[in-house]
Amino acid sequence: MNWLTEYVRPKIRTLFGQRDVPDNLWGQCSACQQMVFNAELDKNLRVCSHCGHHMRVKATQRLSWTFDGGKHTRIDLPKPPVDPLKFRDSKRYVDRLKDYREKTHLDDAIVVAHGTIGGHRAVVAVMSFDFMGGSMGSAVGEGIVAAAKLAVLQDAPLIVFTASGGARMQEGTISLMQMPRTVIATQMVKEKGLPFITVLTDPTTGGVTASFTMLGDIQIAEPGAEIGFAGARVIEQTVREKLPEGFQRSEYLLSHGILDLVVKRAEMNATLGRLIGLLRVKQLDAA
Amino acid sequence: MRIFLEFEKPVAELEAKIEELRRMVGDDSISVADEVAKLSEKADRQLRTIYGKLTAWQKTQVARHPDRPKASDYISALITDFTPLAGDRAFADDAAVLGGLGRFRGRSVMVLGTEKGSDTESRVKHNFGMAKPEGYRKARRLIELAGRFGIPVLCFVDTSGAYPGIDAEARGQAEAIARSIEACLGAPVPVVAAVIGEGGSGGAVALASGDAVLMLEHAVYSVISPEGCAAILWKDSAQAPAAAEAMRITAEDLKRLKLIDGIIPEPVGGAHRDPQAAIAAIAAAIDAALQPLLKLDGATLISRRRAKFLEMGREALA
Repeated sequence: MNWLTEYVRPKIRTLFGQRDVPDNLWGQCSACQQMVFNAELDKNLRVCSHCGHHMRVKATQRLSWTFDGGKHTRIDLPKPPVDPLKFRDSKRYVDRLKDYREKTHLDDAIVVAHGTIGGHRAVVAVMSFDFMGGSMGSAVGEGIVAAAKLAVLQDAPLIVFTASGGARMQEGTISLMQMPRTVIATQMVKEKGLPFITVLTDPTTGGVTASFTMLGDIQIAEPGAEIGFAGARVIEQTVREKLPEGFQRSEYLLSHGILDLVVKRAEMNATLGRLIGLLRVKQLDAA
Repeated sequence: MRIFLEFEKPVAELEAKIEELRRMVGDDSISVADEVAKLSEKADRQLRTIYGKLTAWQKTQVARHPDRPKASDYISALITDFTPLAGDRAFADDAAVLGGLGRFRGRSVMVLGTEKGSDTESRVKHNFGMAKPEGYRKARRLIELAGRFGIPVLCFVDTSGAYPGIDAEARGQAEAIARSIEACLGAPVPVVAAVIGEGGSGGAVALASGDAVLMLEHAVYSVISPEGCAAILWKDSAQAPAAAEAMRITAEDLKRLKLIDGIIPEPVGGAHRDPQAAIAAIAAAIDAALQPLLKLDGATLISRRRAKFLEMGREALA
């Protein structure tokens, strides 16, 4: 299998700290509009020091914050056919993909890596909202399946950080089929007795929510993340009512019994490490 | 009164003329009978031509035709001893999802269907075929029940999508859909799904993650409605015909992409012109799909089903 052979000779791209240096010193929090010192923001894992708003972050940043000491090994992912439908709206899908690849330095909206969390081996997949709104097409589906296979191979839990506007419309019904495909990935992990943990970040909506995301053994969200199936605007148009305060936010889902925990970014590594340790009793007993 | 779609206008005019001739003259007039026969033949030819080359957007109209046979029509025609089973055991019974035990050609089956309704009253009752979490949870419960007793599952899919509402979100619409997909994929019994009208996004795939996914010839199966896609990508929902074309939502395209397993031919002019013919065609296709699956044990079914879905997306259109 292609991705497996590639995985044996992984490209080591261990990341320590920030790669991107912001070109201005000050930024503005999108939630409270207060000015924030960029250097401080990075130290704060891009959480606003005034209001606690968890800003959207790059997938590569997320990887380095999640693993112990930031150390991890990224794996190459399988490459499904590009633009299987020869899709074109105002722009050709192939051109759109090219632009996003240049802009984000990613192949598609997902990265997968392995390393340790709280001393436990773990496989982590992170979706990138920067890449076409984190939309799920074949490449993302393949990424989730590959991450699941890697977790099984390494006898490690699988953790997926989600961030997605939903399906990749430019791949038509192929994108819809990523729902059952990623559900199969969760089954592969679970039937080996391995924990499957999802961490929902802002935003997680549509077909991504309604497939693997909602099948976590543990479901965590970052504070204030927008999470739902249907978009707020569609709902408003359908029901012709004002949406309730905090609707489709992490805390709303927590109080409605859909999530286990809402965890701050700074506490994510420790929480994940603790949970894995608590869940993997069998493994520790055997060791 | 027959409801004509816009592209059926030439046929509508001919049929109106035939109707008029019949009304004007007594049925003993031979010359009129000749004329009527000629016009009927012409109308039939027109219909064949139009339906032989429907665009994706036209098929969307046919798939949504108010007179198109609904899940309940297929169930009442094909399933004997049908015994509806209600409820998700947690919150409510969702009338958008029909479910129950019955017999298909003598064999015990679990039947599920998203039901749009056929008049104002029933449409409201069934929420226009848009299911809420309790509907998908009922589906999951019944699929699991079928699995325990070794009973094959038949699903009739016809929905514009899962219901986008405040209550649906609050009760975990996404989770309910995910669990229903999971149940389809994990069932140790044959799961045969037929998309009979609209296969609308996650709300459809929740009941269509099966061993055999069949589509009626003019049904559509899509990740988002053409209007929705056009509004987002073209910033103009009037571009729906272009979006329908680009997304490749027809049975023919989806078969070529190996996303579905079979196409069920419809009578000329669509299933609504001859529901009995459509019902017979679906029965034959379901039976043909079911027979080989009945010979497989649970573990084999699950692993074959998985392999089928994992292969999807490798195929590209030239």
